[in-house]
Amino acid sequence: MTAAWIYTRYELLRSFRNRRFFFFSLGFPLILYFAIAAPNRNVHSLNNSGISAPLYYMIGLTGFGTMVAMISCGGRIANERQIGWTRQLRITPLSTRAYFRAKVLTSYAMAGLTIVLLYVAGASLGVSLPARYWLEMTGLLLVALIPFAALGIMLGHLINVDSLGPTTGGLVSLLAFLGGTWFPLTHGFLQDLGQILPSYWLVQASHVALGGQVWGTRGWVTVAIWSLLFGALARWAFLRDTKRV
Amino acid sequence: MLGEVNGVRPTREQDAAIELRSLAKTFRGPAGPVRAVAEIDVSISRGETVALLGPNGAGKSTTIDIVLGLQPPDSGSAAVFGRAPRKAVSDGIVGAMLQSGALIQYLSVRDLLRMMAGLYPEPLPVEEVISSTGLGALADRRTNKLSGGETQRVRLALALVSNPELLVLDEPTVALDVEGRRAFWATMRSVAAGGKTVVFATHYLEEADAYADRVVLMAHGRVVADGPPTEIKARVGGRTIRATLPGVPLSALRELPGVNSADQRGDAVVLSCADSDQAIRALLIRYEHARDIEIAGAALEDAFVELTSDHDDAREAKESVA
Repeated sequence: MTAAWIYTRYELLRSFRNRRFFFFSLGFPLILYFAIAAPNRNVHSLNNSGISAPLYYMIGLTGFGTMVAMISCGGRIANERQIGWTRQLRITPLSTRAYFRAKVLTSYAMAGLTIVLLYVAGASLGVSLPARYWLEMTGLLLVALIPFAALGIMLGHLINVDSLGPTTGGLVSLLAFLGGTWFPLTHGFLQDLGQILPSYWLVQASHVALGGQVWGTRGWVTVAIWSLLFGALARWAFLRDTKRV
Repeated sequence: MLGEVNGVRPTREQDAAIELRSLAKTFRGPAGPVRAVAEIDVSISRGETVALLGPNGAGKSTTIDIVLGLQPPDSGSAAVFGRAPRKAVSDGIVGAMLQSGALIQYLSVRDLLRMMAGLYPEPLPVEEVISSTGLGALADRRTNKLSGGETQRVRLALALVSNPELLVLDEPTVALDVEGRRAFWATMRSVAAGGKTVVFATHYLEEADAYADRVVLMAHGRVVADGPPTEIKARVGGRTIRATLPGVPLSALRELPGVNSADQRGDAVVLSCADSDQAIRALLIRYEHARDIEIAGAALEDAFVELTSDHDDAREAKESVA
């Protein structure tokens, strides 16, 4: 095995042993899902969106859990910077690229787990879709998470450990709210605002159930712009950080 | 892939382990620029064990950071086995134990060592390192359950498992007790005996004296002395004799053979000697009433104080050596 894969393997092991992290990206969304969706399991068109409540909240809370999974990568980076581990790694043959790849892959593995768990929960509340819709929805979720992977890396290099918890907590709550995790944004100012955010399109993945184009050009462009923007900022934050070390 | 791995490790005989030429680094401090390293030239041959000795702020850590490629120099050059520091690091021929740093959580000591070994082209067997660093009883313990001294031992093990040609240690024994220090240096001796180059920064003078073949003394970003520990001690004039000796003029004592200078401390006199054997014989023959006699070797501590206490003195000292 190459150095990069060995490092990734131990990163995964470490993440899976972190119980607090597990709770927020898996347990918490799961509990909320049953709390919100179970009483509304017979609502077939939530707020006239054409999407059933179990499906809508399944993706809403998957969006929440996966956002936490991706952004918490920043917490791991900030912590490793603070304790001096980043410096320790910089004097090993592990390349910077391999380091970040391991971090992003780990985040995606956790996000993947959240997705599977919430899908199972959704199915238990009667969510039923053709196989290709499940696949398309999953693909859209994974693409929509790209900006959040970059955001996590950026925050990890900009913010210290103490303020990272509140910052990411607040940020995820806000993005989840404005993205429509808790209720569909079907009209008005909130929808206009939501459409410029990456979290909106994450949650929109549930619209596969309506058939046709889920995101449209607007969705793809918005996700691409946020990916590029956060990607560039993450790069800038990283370079600034290494100069200072 | 394997060919590549085999290709990067071998080092050429003619390359020094570390070659620093006119190396300089300045930081912006709150009170203006701080010259951390001021044009130093140091060459360390392979197989040497060298102590970088100096007080805080002498420039030791900055020099080490540059050697490890963690910081670029402002001017001058640094080479490790003939290559740029970053290249030497990515080739896996440098191992280091930095001054501070905790260990990542959620892994056992053994897992952490396995991970680190996995990052290098030719690591040592993990179990071998666990036993040579005395970590056997701790190998299955999670890293967040270790004491300060235990953490320090794991950090040494992390540096050793990479099986480096050059091992760099920045203040390695700071968190260790006396027993831990002894065990640490016993391990280091066996590493050095294996032909590896070892460079360690310390302000424990007795450590530099006891464990290094060579001492590079730094102060104010400069190298103020460079040589074997014995040579540095000789520079400040051998030993001192202290005795209670009332009623004898200092001028008479200065005349004694082997004595460089004499000072009064109450009833006692302190003689700095070039040759203490000769001086003590003469002293006892001429002044039979001398009592409470102590003879002390000039510790490296004295050399240290003398050479680093004042910038200008230190520069003169360096010039007089050169």
